[in-house]
Amino acid sequence: MAVVRKVLASNFIGRFTTPHTVDHYLDQIHPMLAVRHVRARVVEVIHETGHASTVVLKPNGTWTGFKPGQHVQFGVEVEGKRRVRVFSVSSSTQRKDGKFSVSVKAHPDGYVSQFLHNDMLPKTLVFLSQAEGDFTLPDKVPDDLLLVSGGSGITPVMSMLRTLRDTGHQGQVTFLHYAKSASDEMFHDELDKIAALPFVQMMRIYTREPAEGAELEGRFVIDHLKHLGIDPVNTLTYVCGPAGLIASVRDTYTELGATSQLMLEYFKVPSVDVNAADATGTLTFDDSSIEADNSGATILEQAEAAGLTPAYGCRMGVCNTCAIKKNHGAVRHVVSGQVAANTDETIKICVHVPVGNVSIAL
Amino acid sequence: MAKKRAPIQPLSASNHNEGPKHLVGDDTEKRATIGLDLMTYEQLEDFGDELDAVRQRVLDDLGQADADYIRRVIRVQRAAEVVGRIAIFFPFFWPVFLVGILLLAVAKILDNMEIGHNVMHGQYDWMNDPMVDARKFEWDNVAPAEDWKHGHNFVHHTYTNIHGMDRDIGYNMFRIDKDQPWYPSHRFNLPLAFFLMMLFEWGVMYHGVELDEYLAGRMSKAEFKARKKRAMVKIRRQVAKDYLLYPVLAIALVPFTSWWVPLAVLGGNVVANILRNIWTFNIIFCGHFPAEVATFQEEDAQNETHGQWYLRQIMGSANISGHRPFHILTGYLSYQVEHHLFPDIPARRYPEVAKDVRRLCDTYGLPYNSGRLSKQLFSVASQLAKLAAKPDDPYMVGNSPESKARRRAKREAAALAAQS
Ligand SMILES: Cc1cc2nc3c(=O)[nH]c(=O)nc-3n(C[C@H](O)[C@H](O)[C@H](O)COP(=O)(O)OP(=O)(O)OC[C@H]3O[C@@H](n4cnc5c(N)ncnc54)[C@H](O)[C@@H]3O)c2cc1C
Ligand code: FES
Repeated sequence: MAVVRKVLASNFIGRFTTPHTVDHYLDQIHPMLAVRHVRARVVEVIHETGHASTVVLKPNGTWTGFKPGQHVQFGVEVEGKRRVRVFSVSSSTQRKDGKFSVSVKAHPDGYVSQFLHNDMLPKTLVFLSQAEGDFTLPDKVPDDLLLVSGGSGITPVMSMLRTLRDTGHQGQVTFLHYAKSASDEMFHDELDKIAALPFVQMMRIYTREPAEGAELEGRFVIDHLKHLGIDPVNTLTYVCGPAGLIASVRDTYTELGATSQLMLEYFKVPSVDVNAADATGTLTFDDSSIEADNSGATILEQAEAAGLTPAYGCRMGVCNTCAIKKNHGAVRHVVSGQVAANTDETIKICVHVPVGNVSIAL
Repeated sequence: MAKKRAPIQPLSASNHNEGPKHLVGDDTEKRATIGLDLMTYEQLEDFGDELDAVRQRVLDDLGQADADYIRRVIRVQRAAEVVGRIAIFFPFFWPVFLVGILLLAVAKILDNMEIGHNVMHGQYDWMNDPMVDARKFEWDNVAPAEDWKHGHNFVHHTYTNIHGMDRDIGYNMFRIDKDQPWYPSHRFNLPLAFFLMMLFEWGVMYHGVELDEYLAGRMSKAEFKARKKRAMVKIRRQVAKDYLLYPVLAIALVPFTSWWVPLAVLGGNVVANILRNIWTFNIIFCGHFPAEVATFQEEDAQNETHGQWYLRQIMGSANISGHRPFHILTGYLSYQVEHHLFPDIPARRYPEVAKDVRRLCDTYGLPYNSGRLSKQLFSVASQLAKLAAKPDDPYMVGNSPESKARRRAKREAAALAAQS
């Protein structure tokens, strides 16, 4: 089967179907036959809490698997329009049935998350990307590992935890999770079971409704780590959750000089500080000969403010739709803070802000 | 992981979803005069607003039915193509062979017209489905999508029927409007049209390379080279598929049938392509070239209002009446007027929109050009025949001493203006 797929996806067959791809034809027989596009069928939707669901998916043969911690671009069609959002895989890599799952928290006025939680039916066809992202465990997992998550940020971490459990991990894993309350906690029962296993030290903190006699309370502070016997300098640490949680962990690690141990995953681009000291200079859109004072916002937002309509997809640095050539100048990534200053490099304008004068091929 | 391409190309029609652009002049005080013989500026304003409302109503209503429709057309197109290509492999059984050629021609027509033309206008971009995305779509003919989108979506749809700006008036080949200057080559208007009809896809490709723009110094060498390269790549793919790979595949049949089978397959492909050329040529020539269709001068259109832009589209286009299957095979270019008013709404909506357009034309007493295919074709042909003759007015003859003197004077005046 894999060989047939490979042949069908080859450039040679493409010569016979040009200008279309073979998927344009296979799609007409059955969408799951596509050999270049990842598609999946929804197998079931499991309600985790009143506001969160797990969607179990059976992907087609194009899917090449995932590493725990990675996410997929997840497209679902509603009223003829495909809406794409990004979700982390929450299942174990060791599942034997070829299925995997994503778990979604329904935001009060979120379109896709509400649809998945309330209206998604089994057998629905969804349009995926391959698994992406660098928020993954190293091939050789170190003996000491700390996983920290808040709210729905548990999903990539849950995939790590499940995979470590299923592969019989021997090292020590500390899992520190923050949820509003026990009833708002995803995977509650399964976490209870995992907590009993020898390889994990688990600490779940309910910030709004603390459990009776809880050892720890409230939002993340360094004391929580001290209590768990964690030395940040020597512990590889993964953090995923609300911007506030990520910011406090990052500050703590920076203070201790332990940032090299830290891996972060954002579900939402942190809000941009438009009053940053380097929000100066002029932003030039070369192809349309428009200049604007750098307002400090992302280049995508500034282009839109200047009346341009660049293509975009996720607006959070995942899908690459907005990628475009930067001719000159330095830009800062709003999540990692990294500055890119080479001429003629391609950047994602949705997650970059100009630092001083910048010109863009737009 | 597969490397993703940066999707935005300058000059690709990635901005086709914007409302139509207006022609802006240097002298911003001056107002455009288009339509003043028919309406006042206030009326033109109301007229523009009403058409905007019609467009918005359709945009707000887009949904599952439109998505299902275009997918159904794509399904029929793919089926016709696959069955047609298989049937062409049976030339020793001629009814099957003929049906195969017809099916392949229909598949190519659907691909170019109802699917390609309309998808590349961005009519289905709202679906966010890569298979019907204007930025990604490529059609089954030798003209590369990117250059066609620029020449068609931007140049032709913005400057529709303005002399010296819309390169589609006579395609630099014909004299189709009496305001075009006459050159000796126009004596061959009709034979040239026949020639172009047979090779239309090649004409569209050549038109998109814009050699004339490059020679006139209006295009950089780098841009011209890039266009040439894109065209060569596309030609190679198309020719290899239709005229090499499928015929070569048919060699496998030779031991069981006869030596000429691969040649018949090649011939079948050639004929299917020509049938598509003939059809598309005829439909497209009926869009703007019938006799009563108006053309405009740049001075009259500069600083046009929204209403004037709409009016120019109505007066510059002509519809063809017919039944639904006919409209689908024309990609609803038979609703050329509606298409030019609203190039970015799914074409299947044009019949519904046409009711409002006709109503507005009645209200304001505007011309609305529509006729049967035979009538429009006859009008185009007689126009080509009539305008092939040398006009009496020496200023209408492009290479007469009078015209040359006038062009020189114009150039000198422009140079003088640039100096001061
Ligand atoms: C790498 C990555 C991985 C992700 N993994 C998961 C996951 O495993 N599970 C999961 O539930 N979500 C995950 N997300 C978030 C997810 O992609 C969507 O942003 C979220 O589900 C909201 O989509 P929506 O269509 O419901 O809301 P939209 O209709 O897009 O937005 C509606 C409202 O919700 C707000 N909003 C949008 N996204 C967020 C957010 N993340 N947090 C708070 N408010 C938001 C918007 O500001 C807006 O006001 C991930 C995001 C990224 C970038
Ligand atoms: S819009 Fe998706 S990466 Fe920028």
